[in-house]
Amino acid sequence: MTAPATDTAVPFDGLAAHQVSVSFGRQRVLDRVDLHLAPGETVGLRGPSGSGKSTLARVLALLHTPGTGHITLDGKPVAGARHRLPAAIRTRVAILFQSPRAATDPRLTLADIVAEPLRATGTATDAARARAAELADIVGLTPDLLTRRPHAVSDGQLQRACLARALAHRPKYLLCDEATAMLDASTQAHLAAVITDYQRQHQAGVLLITHDPALIARWATRIVDLPTPAGS
Amino acid sequence: MTTTAHTAATRAGAGPQQALLDVVGLSVRFRLRDATVHAVTDLHLALHPGELLAVVGESGCGKSVLAHALLGLLPGNAVVTGHAHLHAAGTGPVDLLNVGERHLARTVRGRAVGLVPQSPATALNPVRTGRRLLEETLRAHGHTRRDASVAADRIAADVGLDPADLDRYPHELSGGMAQRLVTALALAPDPPLLLADEPTTGLDRPLVDHTLDLLRRRCDDGAAVLLITHDITAARRVADTVAVMYASRIVEHRPTGTLFDAPTHPYTAGLLDALPDRAFRPVPGHPPMLTDLPAGCAFAPRCDRATDTCATAPALGREGAGRVACHHPTRAGATA
Repeated sequence: MTAPATDTAVPFDGLAAHQVSVSFGRQRVLDRVDLHLAPGETVGLRGPSGSGKSTLARVLALLHTPGTGHITLDGKPVAGARHRLPAAIRTRVAILFQSPRAATDPRLTLADIVAEPLRATGTATDAARARAAELADIVGLTPDLLTRRPHAVSDGQLQRACLARALAHRPKYLLCDEATAMLDASTQAHLAAVITDYQRQHQAGVLLITHDPALIARWATRIVDLPTPAGS
Repeated sequence: MTTTAHTAATRAGAGPQQALLDVVGLSVRFRLRDATVHAVTDLHLALHPGELLAVVGESGCGKSVLAHALLGLLPGNAVVTGHAHLHAAGTGPVDLLNVGERHLARTVRGRAVGLVPQSPATALNPVRTGRRLLEETLRAHGHTRRDASVAADRIAADVGLDPADLDRYPHELSGGMAQRLVTALALAPDPPLLLADEPTTGLDRPLVDHTLDLLRRRCDDGAAVLLITHDITAARRVADTVAVMYASRIVEHRPTGTLFDAPTHPYTAGLLDALPDRAFRPVPGHPPMLTDLPAGCAFAPRCDRATDTCATAPALGREGAGRVACHHPTRAGATA
């Protein structure tokens, strides 16, 4: 599983899944899937419910080790996932989930939620606070919201905080798993504008998982279809 | 508001058809320790049998509170004023906002007014399977034990849920399956009025369309549906009329076609422009805090048409579709 692939003779820039398979119990969710996300591009990923889109996103976000196959990050194979990886690698990929409520700690204020990844990598408190304020401003969170906890803000406001958190380490790749599906049109357009701006400034690659044909047509520069795995 | 029940009844009676639900001057306030949340302000709405009315707006504008107020499900710190007359067949008119808990529990909730709750994960009993929940509901509404089992399969199939999945517990269901299960539970007693609060969350596009078409068919069969959604594309697909809510008030209410082709309120126009198949441009600025609403038009700080006049709140017509609350509508003379 940790054997580096030699078939990638030409190491390319980008985040890529090579022949990735994932099974949960007897159910095979991903079956030898390839996906390549280059810096600066926006790949729209679509597929029917249960085709493994979210699992692929988690594998690419280095949160889940694939059963077979491997991930390469800027040409280098990545061994393992989560905290088995050094922070310098982990923080190059960020992910934004569909439900901001399920993805935030209800005990933390929005300011702490945004600063969490900075604290986790040992950034000094003052520096983390300053960077959190800067990020909040980028995503359009007003200072009065930052002192509140998740129950006191709307989904849209909380998802903005999650986006700020995702951008804390200036990731090179941002994965959006139905990140705007539960938001109203205006908040969706606003988040899309923030992400597009960030992408332009940092040449970031964006993976956009969505069911919305209008959104994918408007936003993605390339569209990939994920078929339902055979034999499931 | 001091509108009496009497004037509301005469107004509704004067129309071509008796309204099933007639909301008059509904306001909801939440008292917090150091603030008051203005969740719904002076809301007037009539819903007729066969009508599908969609209430759309940004999250946190008060849409869900509207549904919960009608069913008496708000927490204890809520202050509800106004009237909501329900004229369901078989019972006399009931003012949902002023009738006791006992009456709500025994004759209204589930029976006369169904609710598809917003968050299925928290609405389902975790220690019962879907089948048990559904059969329990059916038997409470007059089905026999044998009959309930057959009906459960049929209703599950109606909402696009595989009957085999009914034997799972809520934690074994995906978000979309749980969503379909709560929809099935709300539809099981066949209520004349259904309040559907974000019924398509977590579903993929074919299932969204399936659920919306199901709601549409209910209306075509004579029931009424109040669809609460942030998804204006969904509203467009099925609604007869659309009410746009902003900062606790309805700012525009008109037939679906005209609302989408010729929005009149600057906020509606902005919301439509934010759609990815239109300009994909967010409404500038941020929605106001419901604890600190401006005295005049709440949209004025974000509006490029705002003038001094906007310091006073614009009035919205009382009845019917074709209302807009704006001093400077984008189309002159469009105020009905």
